[in-house]
Amino acid sequence: MAPSVPTDYHPVVLDRPGLQALIDVLVADGRRVIGPTVRDGAVVYEEITQIGELPGGWGEDQGPGHYRLRRRDDDLLFGYAVGPDSWKRFLFPPVSTTWQAEVSRDGVEVAPPSEVPRYAFLGVRACELAAIAVQDRVFVQTSYPDRDYAARREQALFVAVNCSSPATTCFCPSMGSGPRVGSGHDLALTEIPDAAGSRFLVEIGSERGAAIAARLATRDAAPADREAAAAVWSGAAAAISRALPADGLKNVLVHNLEHPRWDTVAARCLACANCTMVCPTCFCADFREAGSLSPDHAEQHRTWASCFAVDHTQLHGGSMRWTTRSRYRQWLTHKLATWYDQFGTSGCVGCGRCIAWCPVGIDITEEVSAIRATDGLTRLPAGATP
Amino acid sequence: MALALPADVRTADAMVPVPYRVVGRARETADTVTLSLEPVDQPITTPAPGQFNMLYAFGVGEVPISISGIDAGHRVRHTVRAVGAVSQALCAAEAGAMVGVRGPFGTDWGVDSAAGGDVIVIAGGIGLAPLRPVVHELLHNRRQFRRVTVLVGARSPEEIVFRGEVASWQASARITVRTTVDYATAAWKGEVGVVPTLIERVTIDPEVTTVMICGPEVMLRFTAAEVLGRGVAAERVRVSMERNVQCGVGRCGHCQLGPVLICLNGPVFPWSRVGPLVARREL
Amino acid sequence: MKTIADVIAEQTFFQGLDQDSLDFVAGCGRNVHYADGDRILTQGEPAQTFYLLRSGSVALSFYVPGRGAAIIDTLGSGDVLGWSWLFEPYRWQFDAEAREDVAAVAFDGVCLRNKCDADAQLGYVLVQRFAKVMLTRLQSVRMRMLDIYGPSTSS
Repeated sequence: MAPSVPTDYHPVVLDRPGLQALIDVLVADGRRVIGPTVRDGAVVYEEITQIGELPGGWGEDQGPGHYRLRRRDDDLLFGYAVGPDSWKRFLFPPVSTTWQAEVSRDGVEVAPPSEVPRYAFLGVRACELAAIAVQDRVFVQTSYPDRDYAARREQALFVAVNCSSPATTCFCPSMGSGPRVGSGHDLALTEIPDAAGSRFLVEIGSERGAAIAARLATRDAAPADREAAAAVWSGAAAAISRALPADGLKNVLVHNLEHPRWDTVAARCLACANCTMVCPTCFCADFREAGSLSPDHAEQHRTWASCFAVDHTQLHGGSMRWTTRSRYRQWLTHKLATWYDQFGTSGCVGCGRCIAWCPVGIDITEEVSAIRATDGLTRLPAGATP
Repeated sequence: MALALPADVRTADAMVPVPYRVVGRARETADTVTLSLEPVDQPITTPAPGQFNMLYAFGVGEVPISISGIDAGHRVRHTVRAVGAVSQALCAAEAGAMVGVRGPFGTDWGVDSAAGGDVIVIAGGIGLAPLRPVVHELLHNRRQFRRVTVLVGARSPEEIVFRGEVASWQASARITVRTTVDYATAAWKGEVGVVPTLIERVTIDPEVTTVMICGPEVMLRFTAAEVLGRGVAAERVRVSMERNVQCGVGRCGHCQLGPVLICLNGPVFPWSRVGPLVARREL
Repeated sequence: MKTIADVIAEQTFFQGLDQDSLDFVAGCGRNVHYADGDRILTQGEPAQTFYLLRSGSVALSFYVPGRGAAIIDTLGSGDVLGWSWLFEPYRWQFDAEAREDVAAVAFDGVCLRNKCDADAQLGYVLVQRFAKVMLTRLQSVRMRMLDIYGPSTSS
């Protein structure tokens, strides 16, 4: 369990030059600062060094199967919600080498694992911190921890930024993961609009965070700062319209595996795997021989995989989940139900990415509602349209 | 953000294969070979019956193979059926060749928990391989068990794995062994028919009987149904399940069957746990 | 000295029948013995007997040119052998051979058919039991048709 916010750290305030100074300090410490930036019509996470690279003045318009950047009226640096990227791209890279070795008649010499980058993540949302905690249970809090993930995780510094402008696709309150950052951060920023564009209330979440803050020119937060920040938090919470009632959700799904709704959604689903790629908790991977021309070199790669692929469950020349129906059902019931059996929590953090990035706009909150509303149904009533 | 590592974390990297050498090979059937392996340097932990290793053919890839023999001196046996590129490469491995071994992984048959009662071991096809160490353990500790019955089903007489060994179990008269094949020529002196038919002829005292079944999933269902029909509780029936296993350590997501992971919660399960999951199509 | 009725009363196939019915049926039966290798049924021959095996093992087979006798089923103690005596053209569909000493009760099929015509209730019960045997044998064949043990790489 992540430790709760230490109560003896007072919040401080940074102005925009102060934010640049924060980035400079992190870079000077040998960290690669990853933050949001606009590219290819979306807010994605890249290595940055200047606050000018942040998506200042950009917001998003998101809905089922819909994502567009739009210009904001103001100049907020973090006025978007979440883009298609998540931090799993850095903690659990899409392609990585599990191990490599030189092979001879006498034995195998395994190369030592490569150095992992020291990251500082700037702009981490509450739902994303929750997603990382979910992946910690998959990769670390297990009998066989993933050392590469654990090393990247332990070294990474988390500068969270509270949401001010959730998207219509967001439903983090339903999953208990936002919109306000609770724990898991080293520093948590709240962007307060003002005459200079914005300033940041900085809440310190760890000793590491406190040490960083001590090297910056900050001032103590005044009551006006705290009130303004509180207004951002309550405004964000009030702006969230989507919900996924999580009460008894696991049982509802597990008891409705033959519900006709699975056929309905399967008729729309393209099994394109977008949802699994943008989902910050999805972790399925292929472990494959990397293949080398040299007979003396052996290497295994891990690449992102998806349960939507028809060969994901390949066995003896056939697939255990052949139909799209079975694969969609697997994804949703794993994410919202059997994840509890395997890892003790839900797999969903309510970020809404799967809703926005599904090409046909499938909305998991709607699918769940439909099943709940007709709990126990195994076939459509005569004449009913799916 | 602080990270909590669990207390019982295994220290060696579970993803790196340990080099083993092929010290013996035996052809079981036209497409099945048993490899005897010994560690080049460090051995893996001694496996228990029912567990599996990830066997690595250098330059080709890895497959999960159940342990079919646990011998002295860290020697392990694996019976491999050539069904794909990796298994074909393993089946072609000559004595002296090096293979990689990761494991042992998974749950075991729990033979000692059946002590004091009757045991029925039921194998279909290559399913006899993961059960062979069970029969060894039963023979080794024969007095701890009451009636021990081994039922073996195969496609034809030529496709019974460990033919000679099965015959010697039969001849030993310490356990009851019955074999059946789908079809045979007149030279075959065993039964012709399916495994459930063999079960009809076994006297079963359900309260004290443990049943262990391994074979194709269809055969597991038919056989478990027959055994349950004779009054044995589903908790007392254990099966070995198979799914696409790639990492072996619960991280790749491929081997899921509803809430369970075959590599971590299995491959051996009580039928009470997996029976309902297996009954659900395409779960 | 056990009567036929006593013998068949112990067999699962006839379990639950009342004494009158057992005596009725037993009237058509007689004890028979076969030695290892004896041919019991020959494919194509007139089918007038139904056997209830008491002990021993019997192999059912088809003769396949080039392959010899292909065994498609084996039966043992408690199993019934033969139902072609129930249906026209009353000819055996396969061969059956004893694989060790076999003790059985052989029932005269014509006698039994006549008794079933006379007593429809008994006829119904016997046909039900035969149908159950056929169902079990059919399931066995269907399972084998699935060829679940995988492709054979031998020709």
